[in-house]
Amino acid sequence: MITVRFFAAVREIMGRDSLQFHLPATSLTASEILSAVAGERLNDLPKPLLVAINYQHAEPTQTICDGDEVAFFPPVSGG
Amino acid sequence: MIIRLQTEDFDPEREAEKIIVQGAGARVSFVGTVRDVAHNKNVTGLEIEHYPEMTEAELRRIAQDAQARHHLLDILVIHRFGRIQSPDRIVLVTVWAAHRAEAFQGCQEIVDALKKRAPFWKKELTREGDYWVPGQTPTDSR
Repeated sequence: MITVRFFAAVREIMGRDSLQFHLPATSLTASEILSAVAGERLNDLPKPLLVAINYQHAEPTQTICDGDEVAFFPPVSGG
Repeated sequence: MIIRLQTEDFDPEREAEKIIVQGAGARVSFVGTVRDVAHNKNVTGLEIEHYPEMTEAELRRIAQDAQARHHLLDILVIHRFGRIQSPDRIVLVTVWAAHRAEAFQGCQEIVDALKKRAPFWKKELTREGDYWVPGQTPTDSR
């Protein structure tokens, strides 16, 4: 089981801020998980999309392990 | 090193004066405020969202990188989240160093990295509607 989190415009489009996802036996990358959970909303999501795994910036091609938290969000605008 | 996330306003001078740093010959502060006009619209305020579990850790990584590179003696970062009115303060970055060059460079580097890496998102509130501010990514060269 992994936790998937969404922030800002991604959260609004997904209509929720988090969900739990059962990893299949085959390993999945962060972007494959996004495709699986976003479904038809994938094309509505802002681009580029940033990925964080376990609270650190990560590449969408990175493999997700059981127990991980993966977050998807738009480019950041602090400061 | 102090990293603080809060909803309430802060007094930049008072926050910096509270910290006594041995060996410091320079202190440089950056204060970011809410712009009252953006994209030709009157901005009444901001709503700032962040990723609580990641924000502090990312700000600490940014500050530690700059500390090592510029020999900074101490660093204070305060960033607000939630509803902020125009023209209130959003962020304070203060650094202490032995000399001014390291202090200027270190402060600028932290602010630049914060804007590309720290997981905050601003929504500008205007009379014509609210909209997300275009952001930056860790690989942006700006």
